[in-house]
Amino acid sequence: MRTVYLDNNATTQPAPEVIEAMLPFFTELWGNPSSMHVFGGQVRRHVELARAQVAALIGADPSEILFTSCGTESDNMAIRGAVEAANAPINVITSRVEHPAVLEPCRMLKEHGVPVIELEVDGKGQIRLDDLRLALSRGRAVVSLMWANNETGVIFPIAEATELVKASGGIMHTDAVQAAGKLPIDVRHLPVDLLSLSGHKLHAPKGIGVLFIRRGTRIRPLLLGGHQESGKRGGTENVPYIVGLGCACKLAARALGDEITRVAALRDRLQAGILAACPDVRVNGDEAHRLPNTLNISFQYIEGESILYHLSDCGIAASSGSACTSGSLEPSHVIRAMGVPFMAAHGSIRFSLSRYNTAADIEYVLENLPPIIKKLRVISPFAAP
Amino acid sequence: MWEYTDKVLDHFRNPRNVGTIKDPDGVGEVGSMACGDALKLGFKLDKQGRIADVKFQTFGCASAIASSSALTEMIKGLTLAEAEKVTNQDIANFLGGLPEQKMHCSVMGREALEVAIANYRTGKTSKKILEGQVVCHCFGVTEDEIVRVVRENRLTTVEQVTNYCKAGGGCGKCRDEIEAIITRIRDEEPAVPVTPQPGPSLTTLQKIRLIEETMEKEIRPALKKDGGDIELIDVVDNRVVVALRGMCANCQVARFTLKDVVEAKLREFVAPNLVVEEAHP
Ligand code: FES
Repeated sequence: MRTVYLDNNATTQPAPEVIEAMLPFFTELWGNPSSMHVFGGQVRRHVELARAQVAALIGADPSEILFTSCGTESDNMAIRGAVEAANAPINVITSRVEHPAVLEPCRMLKEHGVPVIELEVDGKGQIRLDDLRLALSRGRAVVSLMWANNETGVIFPIAEATELVKASGGIMHTDAVQAAGKLPIDVRHLPVDLLSLSGHKLHAPKGIGVLFIRRGTRIRPLLLGGHQESGKRGGTENVPYIVGLGCACKLAARALGDEITRVAALRDRLQAGILAACPDVRVNGDEAHRLPNTLNISFQYIEGESILYHLSDCGIAASSGSACTSGSLEPSHVIRAMGVPFMAAHGSIRFSLSRYNTAADIEYVLENLPPIIKKLRVISPFAAP
Repeated sequence: MWEYTDKVLDHFRNPRNVGTIKDPDGVGEVGSMACGDALKLGFKLDKQGRIADVKFQTFGCASAIASSSALTEMIKGLTLAEAEKVTNQDIANFLGGLPEQKMHCSVMGREALEVAIANYRTGKTSKKILEGQVVCHCFGVTEDEIVRVVRENRLTTVEQVTNYCKAGGGCGKCRDEIEAIITRIRDEEPAVPVTPQPGPSLTTLQKIRLIEETMEKEIRPALKKDGGDIELIDVVDNRVVVALRGMCANCQVARFTLKDVVEAKLREFVAPNLVVEEAHP
């Protein structure tokens, strides 16, 4: 059976080049980069090369790149580390639609008495800069706003937000896990202090992340117990994965131009095709400010998990913000925060593409999806006969 | 993905009896879009008062569709008195089981059937009416319903109640009240202990019997699988002297078996202060 993978905001296929680059570091180059002998020395060079490759993708200096185990660790370290390093009372500002890797640490800080403000989003999933202004007026803050949303692909006005935060003397963190490799990022022109990346969202394997820490930013380490990463994170470097991530960033930088334009066209074709073939659907999220690879779309009267299972029977992989798929009973917090009506929230499906998708993939989905929607609507008590 | 049985997937992929019935005798509607699943069920009776035809429409996940489809298959040909006896557990069993978190789908089926039968008998509304005190406002679940799923399915935790009827799965404000209901039911009908709870008054004879029984039920089957066996030699106060037989007799691992498994089991089922020793040949 043909398989079409459209769940790239969940995880991506590791690029073959990445895996190839990693392999020697399991077999021959297994030294500890901290060691004072040739085994370590050889390896150290490759770690630093990878650091430079990651830095190049976002316009950073290699010394500002800290390797972590995943995007979640990066987010935790950014927020908790910045709050702990502030030697005066400080507020935290974030948004209602952040990834749990940001929301949970913020809520934990709140329990510890740190004032936390969660910015609301409008029906398109956008924050209002005026809300941020107001929140900043309450005192110095660590602000964590995602660059792009994993569920809807909505892109926040990060440049404007960063400007406001910096003008107020605050610390700006952005979770760029979904943006990296899909949008150009250049921290030379964007004065964020902290920025999180995750390897497996850009065709590196799971288990490697990055926190960009602008030089001069005060941050407390999360993991103590070693001098590695300039004393900011204890633990022997995960060399093979660091090398893999470096390679993935190099490839991502190359794909940023034409490849991403091609992916955007495929996504647009998918959206137009679905809108033409299926009545009673709605696109969720700000279409004018959206990741080029993401389409979040609600099918009225039917439920997301049912759609996913039927798609999966056709070899198509997507995901849903419906309650049933998560094992919780409520639909996704992102969709709910946008005020999407319940019915549409339960029937929301996210398609997320990558540079490995082809036009034939999209046509295959457009062939198979409409009959599924029709079939489920026949079963639904809410659909018009 | 969920671990659905083949039968669940079959009923989901090829649902039986989908649609609406013309001039139905009884109709039941439960759930809502807000809750994420809803079921509408209608039936028609034949001259003998048996369910001649039944059709459903479901908004929900794969297991909600499968549960509805299964229910229609189960009740076709039954009298209403017979159909009434179908429990949510019966629906789940028919499907070869449902993931615990999806048990509420089977409860929804049972509820819709009840509403439809009431609708036939009283001619009153086909919609589910919430009778009594609503405990969970997020999902509109009453105290009576919670009591019922707890009793029928022998539930012991709030989490289970949420899995079975959704109550408690939203804002969580009602969880304390659910906990109180569970405790109340547990106190009403004290759980029959599965194994006797020997007090300090256990006579030596009783103790020996209990040890033998535990060895027979809990220990021997596992040892036999590996070609071994165990024999009770003596009981002196808290010391239980046993001998390993068969494959176990010369086995290095046997000493571990003795300490870890046998002793743990005897302590659990007989008395917490027992010490197991191996008889020296
Ligand atoms: S009232 Fe029960 S979960 Fe909100």
